[in-house]
Amino acid sequence: MSNDLSAAVKEICLQHNNDRIYLMDILRKVQVDHGSVSDEAIDAIADAVSIPRVEVESTATFYAFLSKEKKGKIVIRLCNDIIDRLAGVDVVAKAFKEELGVDFGETTADGLITLEYTPCIGMSDQAPAALVNDEVITYLSSDKAREIVRTLKKTGDPKKLVSRLGDGNNASPLVNSMVHNNIRKKGDVIFADYPDGAGLKKALTMSPVEVINEVTNARLRGRGGAGFPAGMKWQFTRAAEDPEKYIICNADEGEPGTFKDRVLLTDYPERLFEGMTIAGYAIGAQQGILYLRAEYAYLSNLLENVLAKKRKDGVLGKAILGKKAFDFDIRIQFGAGAYVCGEETALISSCEGSRGDPKNRPPFPAQKGFMGHPTCVNNVETYVAVVRLIDMGAAWFTSIGSKGSSGTKLLSISGDCHAPGVYEYPFGITIKQLLQDVGAEDAKAVQIGGPSGQMIGKEDFNRTICYDDLATGGSVMIFGADRNILEVADYFMEFFIEESCGYCTPCRVGNVLLKGYLERVMNGQAEEADLEVMKSLARTVKTTSRCGLGQTSPNPILTTLAKFYPEYTKLLKTSKDGFKPSFNIQEVLQESQSITGRKSVHFS
Amino acid sequence: MADNFTFIIDGTEIPARQGQTILKAADEAGIYIPRLCNKDGLEPYGACRVCTVLVNGRPQSACTQPAQPGIIVENDTEELTEMRKQLIEMLFVEGNHFCMFCEKSGNCELQALGYRLGIAAPRFPFMFPQRELDATHPEVFVDRNRCILCGRCVRASRDQDGKNVFQFTGRGIKKRISVNATSRLADTELKSADKAVAACPVGSILKKGVGYAVPIGERIYDHKPIGSDIESKAK
Repeated sequence: MSNDLSAAVKEICLQHNNDRIYLMDILRKVQVDHGSVSDEAIDAIADAVSIPRVEVESTATFYAFLSKEKKGKIVIRLCNDIIDRLAGVDVVAKAFKEELGVDFGETTADGLITLEYTPCIGMSDQAPAALVNDEVITYLSSDKAREIVRTLKKTGDPKKLVSRLGDGNNASPLVNSMVHNNIRKKGDVIFADYPDGAGLKKALTMSPVEVINEVTNARLRGRGGAGFPAGMKWQFTRAAEDPEKYIICNADEGEPGTFKDRVLLTDYPERLFEGMTIAGYAIGAQQGILYLRAEYAYLSNLLENVLAKKRKDGVLGKAILGKKAFDFDIRIQFGAGAYVCGEETALISSCEGSRGDPKNRPPFPAQKGFMGHPTCVNNVETYVAVVRLIDMGAAWFTSIGSKGSSGTKLLSISGDCHAPGVYEYPFGITIKQLLQDVGAEDAKAVQIGGPSGQMIGKEDFNRTICYDDLATGGSVMIFGADRNILEVADYFMEFFIEESCGYCTPCRVGNVLLKGYLERVMNGQAEEADLEVMKSLARTVKTTSRCGLGQTSPNPILTTLAKFYPEYTKLLKTSKDGFKPSFNIQEVLQESQSITGRKSVHFS
Repeated sequence: MADNFTFIIDGTEIPARQGQTILKAADEAGIYIPRLCNKDGLEPYGACRVCTVLVNGRPQSACTQPAQPGIIVENDTEELTEMRKQLIEMLFVEGNHFCMFCEKSGNCELQALGYRLGIAAPRFPFMFPQRELDATHPEVFVDRNRCILCGRCVRASRDQDGKNVFQFTGRGIKKRISVNATSRLADTELKSADKAVAACPVGSILKKGVGYAVPIGERIYDHKPIGSDIESKAK
């Protein structure tokens, strides 16, 4: 048996040329085929790929979709993101537990089904949702959960769970999923009706430098959240001396509440790859990589098919559209469940087959990125915007949007509203207008930009979505009048704790401490001084963390403290006896009381 | 860019060379910037964040940030000291550190930084994690209770010993140091004379049998605070 495993794993390694660069693919395949990446499998991989076993173990233990412990043949990953919680994931979870007879994190005795929680899977507009292996099941209810378990027990085949198909390419036989695009509002850039290929054709009539100038003049900024000027990034990457250059598309859409890239990948992959090809031409890159989150694996056949068609049509591969010396191709690299890999240097680490640890900067990816070569990383929406921008010109592009933020922005809107989905707005839209459009006039709070962004209340609803005011990578979560703001912040902190890579002290430890203080407040055990400690600690985590994750992770606490202070103060305890209310003497004495078998005389 | 240039730390102009980090240049000028994961001879790592300084107002880790002509660096300020204290306190509460029973006491950089920064006791609640101890190796033991995840052993083993004995596994608060074997340190190529053993700043990787060869009271930081050697170079 064990020799069989070792041989099978080595065969997988061989299929990947025993090349360390494909370690992520090797590990994913081993996990899927064998239900785990066991110690034995790790030894076999280390042997085949010729790297120390601890290196393999280091990568394998980093990602949520890989495990050393044996998982069931089928893994149900129920999304317990905040939006799913609002949508009643608790009753769904209870139904799964009862029907399976196991708790979360456990596997049925027959080894068939493992039940797990997972953070946002990019389906907040159709919550509650779950992944069953690669299949996405949306709009869950307790009845549906029971039915899913029965079907799986009977058929052992997650594909049998897909009942009604979604719209657009979701209904394509290559995708065959129940996911809905929920495109609610089309704008002039991303969702505009125009033929594929026009942008690339025009780009190839220009010089690479002219293309970059056009992007710069259009003042296109990164759509992933950080908003770095795209033209400048392209210029830096082009200017780097090393002739071997890479284009990477960040499709690791992991910010809770974001799902607009999912829609682009589903119904506009031609435009995405066209945008990446334009970038490849402008920068002088030969290879593009689409880093796709494992949660979107259900789109892989479709995406591979589009790439194959493009190669056939001569718009990918050698001498693209007859342009000599312009060779460019794109491959897909899957992630394996790690939010931090949305950070561009962590994403590069992951592409190299390592832990998703961010890298030290400098050097920046534009100088030394993927495998030490100049690399340009942009978001899905940025590349799609480029296609239209080049076709229509920079002047046209800057005529849309607001002064400092040109063009449109896709917003993924979810939570307490009538019409969750993807909306394309010109920059400068007010929150008030947006709430009206989605049917959420009575909203109490809006989380802009996901957990790493900010929470605002009614007094800020006249503010606008743009880089100079409320910047967002696209996530907009709406919370109605009855929602508990602190519970939301608490969930967000839980998310960051789970997703921290652990490289640096403040993010690894500070967030755990921050959540502890927040819980004190929620349990009515905090005093005013605790709020000051929280603020000070939050400042330290923000200031000293190494990457964007840690630098924004205290935002759920800081922004709710700033905008919803009374929600905190109403729970504070004033101490009459001078003792710290956070210190619970009964709890501390519990263990010794149970050992001695008698109650404390002084503290009863 | 000129090969030799100057920049400012806390109002003092100091010389630097092209390619030097802020920390290196400061060391040579006799200015101590507190640090833990950085060690001479090892690749800068930027994990502990204790050496965070403000460079033209922006926070950067001095151990990884290149010195640049004319930059204004803030190091010894009240605000940064408070943050450094909090980072050290985080490391204390994250693990299980008991200085009074630890044979590294007096030679420990974490403890010494605690004293230097004036930490009497951590203000944060202790986490008391369950962590493993590995005493299988005849000459060396690894106590993960005292590990601060600085990665010095990882780099020393890989780059100086050429062995790759240590690497991190897991992530976030569950991240741990692991060894290049299924579980036992004894099954690795580690030798007690390896640089990786000497690289540990705390009592996590220790040689067996020599714990009290140097008595308490005669240890590195018993008489002079950490950083004194660097500061003694100041002109």
